[in-house]
Amino acid sequence: MKNDYIIELQDVTKSFGNVNAVDGISFGVRPGEVVGLIGDNGAGKSTLIKILSGVHQPDSGQIIVRGREVRNWSAAKSRESGIETVYQDRALAPQQTITRNIFMGREIKDRFGIIKVKKQYEEANRLMREIGFTSKVFDPDSPVATLSGGERQGVAIARALYFDADLIVLDEPTTALSLVETAKVFGFIENVRARGRSIIFIGHNIYHVFDVADRFVVLDRGKVVMTEDKAKIPVAEVLIKHMQEIAELGHATEASSA
Amino acid sequence: MIGSATGGKQKQIAREEASGLVKWSRNNRRAITSTLFLIVMLIGFAMANPAVFSQFKTYRSVMIALPVSIFLVVPLVFVVTAGEIDLSFPSVVGLASYAFVSIVDQGGDPLIGIAAALLVGAFLGFLNGILVVRIGLSALVATLGMNFFLRGLINILVEGFSIAIPEIRGSFIHTLLTDDTIMIVENQGIPNQMLWALAFTALGVFLYNRHSFGVRVHCVGDNPESAAEMGIDVDRTRILVFVFTGIGAALAGVFSVMINFVWWPTTGDGLLLPVLAGLFVGGTPTWGGIGTVFGGAIGTSIVAFIETGVIAAGLTGFFTQFFYGLIIILSLIFQRFNGGRVR
Repeated sequence: MKNDYIIELQDVTKSFGNVNAVDGISFGVRPGEVVGLIGDNGAGKSTLIKILSGVHQPDSGQIIVRGREVRNWSAAKSRESGIETVYQDRALAPQQTITRNIFMGREIKDRFGIIKVKKQYEEANRLMREIGFTSKVFDPDSPVATLSGGERQGVAIARALYFDADLIVLDEPTTALSLVETAKVFGFIENVRARGRSIIFIGHNIYHVFDVADRFVVLDRGKVVMTEDKAKIPVAEVLIKHMQEIAELGHATEASSA
Repeated sequence: MIGSATGGKQKQIAREEASGLVKWSRNNRRAITSTLFLIVMLIGFAMANPAVFSQFKTYRSVMIALPVSIFLVVPLVFVVTAGEIDLSFPSVVGLASYAFVSIVDQGGDPLIGIAAALLVGAFLGFLNGILVVRIGLSALVATLGMNFFLRGLINILVEGFSIAIPEIRGSFIHTLLTDDTIMIVENQGIPNQMLWALAFTALGVFLYNRHSFGVRVHCVGDNPESAAEMGIDVDRTRILVFVFTGIGAALAGVFSVMINFVWWPTTGDGLLLPVLAGLFVGGTPTWGGIGTVFGGAIGTSIVAFIETGVIAAGLTGFFTQFFYGLIIILSLIFQRFNGGRVR
């Protein structure tokens, strides 16, 4: 029994019609580790992320948060459990202000549901400065639609930062970002790891994943086909070779530690 | 703080904070546009006929029935912001006020009548929500169908008869809701229903901008996938906006009967187009995610003043529809300057 997992999935399945998008996956995330989740298109990464974040409910299997099984899993419960997801599409409402987007679904409010507008504004202002928003053309009241792709990513990350999540799921965080913005994301990941929080990093770019992850989980056709610590993989090319074998054979040739 | 180009390697450049007034007008430009439009329109009417538009009774005559539209437009702003539409409200007004008038007509307490109307309205709104959100029907078609269905139900129930409740005059509740309290000229004041409508608008503005319900309505209408990913119960939010419209329609119905002392099988029927026109004229765009409750109230006022203005300006009633159309299109052109949809 590994009871030190923040969140653990046991034999989780999810199918859409005839497609078994997630076909019996078990894996967990320990405190302070960065898990690189990789796999080809259609391997089940997105579905797995949406199960973790509560957008999809699994068809079967268990979700265990800090050693305790959680039933009726939902997006709200996932966030309450300390999991923040930075989605590939950023999960933003572009016509709303930066402040509203940061606090979407988890507003700072009193027990009557009345929002503490001033407090939210100040927190948003602080977070924007923290992640390096120094532009003069927008403030926390500006609509997200006025921001660039990297700045939008910043808003999505600011959420995870504010709620001080124990686990942050980054879904393709470097897609469509400039080099400078990508470096910022990496800096953010280092920062989170230094504070003892965990990250699941999903990426197409194996080099990016290799650089930041402590452990790799490779998915193929809805199953975990390989789990390996970074210490056992000398360079990214080895990981890429494994990936190619998996794509051709459906499994890696060398024994994978589970 | 004003950000200036000081000292070379300073990393944190202070953002230039827009002044309070600039920010306020930026955030409320749609409502400001419609308010300016109303003022300009009234000035135009006043120049056409100064004698009529310098008298309080001209404004009072508009304020008698205008509140009915305001009780409808406030929740409808929520519906449209959530990315939905409700065309069933005219018949909900009719059926909810039928519940009210039946109870009062049989000697029941008007307060119980109001409670019954609110229950009917909330239930019918909930039904709309179920049809659209759970069963997945198009809001446009489903609520249009409901409008016919409920009006048909009214016709079957009463077979064309109207119900008069003159006995309500002088009762405490009638005085409270529809008498004149704030007197402006001799024997004439602002009708209480206008004050209630203003209070309802203020509540709506607060709910829309400062309460988590209103904020979630914005997010759901803007991007439902994102809202769901952030843990907002999108279906529940959508159903609630329909319930809110049902409640607004019930209040509109109760006030309509209180003002007229009569319930007709057609009560509410004529409200569909003026209220919707007022909603969009007020600055709430059709695409969802943004809108203005205050603007909606102003928009219905614009529509309400058109008829009075046209007649007072010396034109015959034949011109009313022409000016309705003209003013609606003109005001939408002005709102267009506030920008299209951003993504």
